[in-house]
Amino acid sequence: MRTTARRAVQAVCVLTTASLLAACGAGKERPSEDGTAVGVTDTTIKVGAHFPLTGPAAPGYSEIPSGHQAFYEYVNDAGGVHGRKIEMVVKDDAYNPTNTSAVTNDMILQDEIFAMVAGLGTPTHRAVVQRLNDDGIPDLFVSSGSLQWGDDPKKSPMTFGWQPDYEIEGKIIGKYVKENMPDAKVGLFLQDDDFGEDGEKGARQFLDSQIVDVQKYTPGGSTDFSPQMSSFKSKGVDLVLGFNTPSYTALSQIAAQGVGFKSKWFYSNVGSDPALVGGLLASMTKGKIPAEQGVKLMDGMMTTEYIPGVDAPEDEWVKLWQKVWDNYSKKGDEKLTNYRIYGMSQAYTFVQALQANGKDLTRESIVETLEKEGGSFEGPGLAPFRFSEDSHMGISGTSVVEIKNGASEPLTPVQVTDIGDAPIEEDDSAASDAPPSSGIPE
Amino acid sequence: MERLRSLLRPVTSVPLARHVLVALIALVVAMAVIGSSSQYLQTRYAEMAYFAIAAGGLTLLTGLSGQLSLGHGALMAVGAYAATLVLERAGGETLADVFLALLTAIAVCAVVGVVVGVPAARLHGPYIAGATLTLAVAVPRLANQWEALGGEQGLQVPVPRASELPAWIQDLIWFFTAVEIDQYSFLAYLGWLLLAITFVALANLSRSRVGRRWRAVRDDDVSAELAGIHLGRARVVAFTVSAMCAGLAGGLMAMNVRLTAPGAFTITLSLTLLAAVVLGGLGSLTGALIGAGVLAFLPHFATDLGESLGFSATQAAEVTPVVYGLVLMLVILLAPAGIVGSLRPLLARISSRTSSLGATKEKTP
Repeated sequence: MRTTARRAVQAVCVLTTASLLAACGAGKERPSEDGTAVGVTDTTIKVGAHFPLTGPAAPGYSEIPSGHQAFYEYVNDAGGVHGRKIEMVVKDDAYNPTNTSAVTNDMILQDEIFAMVAGLGTPTHRAVVQRLNDDGIPDLFVSSGSLQWGDDPKKSPMTFGWQPDYEIEGKIIGKYVKENMPDAKVGLFLQDDDFGEDGEKGARQFLDSQIVDVQKYTPGGSTDFSPQMSSFKSKGVDLVLGFNTPSYTALSQIAAQGVGFKSKWFYSNVGSDPALVGGLLASMTKGKIPAEQGVKLMDGMMTTEYIPGVDAPEDEWVKLWQKVWDNYSKKGDEKLTNYRIYGMSQAYTFVQALQANGKDLTRESIVETLEKEGGSFEGPGLAPFRFSEDSHMGISGTSVVEIKNGASEPLTPVQVTDIGDAPIEEDDSAASDAPPSSGIPE
Repeated sequence: MERLRSLLRPVTSVPLARHVLVALIALVVAMAVIGSSSQYLQTRYAEMAYFAIAAGGLTLLTGLSGQLSLGHGALMAVGAYAATLVLERAGGETLADVFLALLTAIAVCAVVGVVVGVPAARLHGPYIAGATLTLAVAVPRLANQWEALGGEQGLQVPVPRASELPAWIQDLIWFFTAVEIDQYSFLAYLGWLLLAITFVALANLSRSRVGRRWRAVRDDDVSAELAGIHLGRARVVAFTVSAMCAGLAGGLMAMNVRLTAPGAFTITLSLTLLAAVVLGGLGSLTGALIGAGVLAFLPHFATDLGESLGFSATQAAEVTPVVYGLVLMLVILLAPAGIVGSLRPLLARISSRTSSLGATKEKTP
């Protein structure tokens, strides 16, 4: 019975064994790693990053990579960096740490990136920091202000922050509130991870006695914040400090309106973009709050600022970003936004680092360059980077601003500090840096 | 040839021996394929292996015992968290830690399987689906309740480094594949080894008295009971076996993803597993394997396709679920019994033709 089938099985067995035996005995020599940097050729550099392109964190954040890509195109058209053109791979993680792990895996093994540049999010990027450092892959300018990117370079030697960390942002906000609103009853609205935790740590240095209530949310969890807002209301909160992403600024505003909770609002830079939140309010309420009115709702809100944005079209940096965006946006009808400016500003720092590194580029050399020279980089940041051998923390300060008619008006000069109990000092020196005339760092 | 066949007869006529033989051959082929693949493909194969283990358990439960579970993602979560906690405590650097973690994952899931299986055995059809659906929604959220489970950010999973594996394993792999074992290939080999063991066990169970009882319960519970089968017991055993598979799969998944967080175990995971089982062909282990392959490869294929067609990264990300949904719909429309289910009559026709040929041949000495 079934002789043919059985014979076929036998033939397969024999062939497999034979080919296996033939393939065996490859000798005792095992190849060793050669020195060339993965992802770098004489004419190209390939970098990658994970962003939420879909899902609740996508609004706003999904625009950041388009800023990067536009700026790299601009640099590539001018001949690239040391003759190399920059190519950026962007993968969607939907702000889900598990996906981040998967897409990072793909970028390392399939796309073979030289470095991760600007991977976004605290819970998401946290999932891959260990992996990137284990494999010795530079992990530059994480798009998040968590402390863990830069406070312990021995643990994560390849990772660098970029934006001001949430602790110093919390400190600067806390000091401002303590000095200017000493009687305010403060409620904290926090993302339930290191983002909220770091911000709370900074704010509590100044506001411990003024904080009367703390409410947290989980990204991807419930979207109804009526219970949180009711709690603020019942505790008599009259100033809410929010360390949250933009969608949750909109959601908290909707819930506050719903339960009749009135307060002053102070959102961390991350969640405060007026144009985006206005648009989100419109889409989340299905137009019950039109976008213009949503932007108006943001009036009087306070936040911080560390790079010039679209509301300052006369700023030299914004003029440069506008020029780049007008010429290199993939879709002509999309406007320059603060998120695209954020991306371009990061891209500027990356190009700066590549220029400073010189022609001989390896994964180790770029880290060394940043540690040695990153602290003196001049760029769009209102305060200098803190990069050194002992710290991989990003921009060292922010100014406090108030939002009026969708634009920000400074309440304080730039305030510079560091994590821990470092004092907060006024320092406008980096705010006057102007871009080089070519628009490309030298 | 004739002598070889008579030598092989005890092997081919005893199910256990036959299953072991097939699994061994498949394993050798899989090892050779893994060994000659890029690290990227190795991670895909590893993913396929753990999905296949979970799908194998589910296809047994749904296909043989007739219980529809929408909660296997939650059981994988239990396995993943159990394995992660053990790996964290033990350091997770040696092979012993890995097996301890996986065995713990299986044991914990067996307990959960009994606890859930007992009430579930009283339910039928949509009601058991509803009960397990609750599990899928509620269980991953438990991680947000306890600090030890890491909240939304999850727990990092330590994975053994290839250089710390026992020397004989390194030498063995080197001998067979001429490629240094690294973390990626190690996880792929481990996954496929465990997959082979699991499938032999499941295939055997399915051929045994236990499997016949499950079929009897599925086809007609009244007659099964009249024939002396304890309905509840049969169902609880099926659920527990299935949960153990999910636990093992969860433990492997944790090591591959290197992170255990609630975001990995959404309701989507449970539904995807079910989709893989249906896609491959309900009740068939081969079908589960094929379904798992589709799960592991199709989304990446769709994203790459989108990117090569010139879509932006955002559009490519959005097109992936569309392609996945379309494939699923096409399979359901064109092959309602799943891929294996629809191929089976075809294969039977071919083999009956060859066997009738063979029969005439055998008559002439």
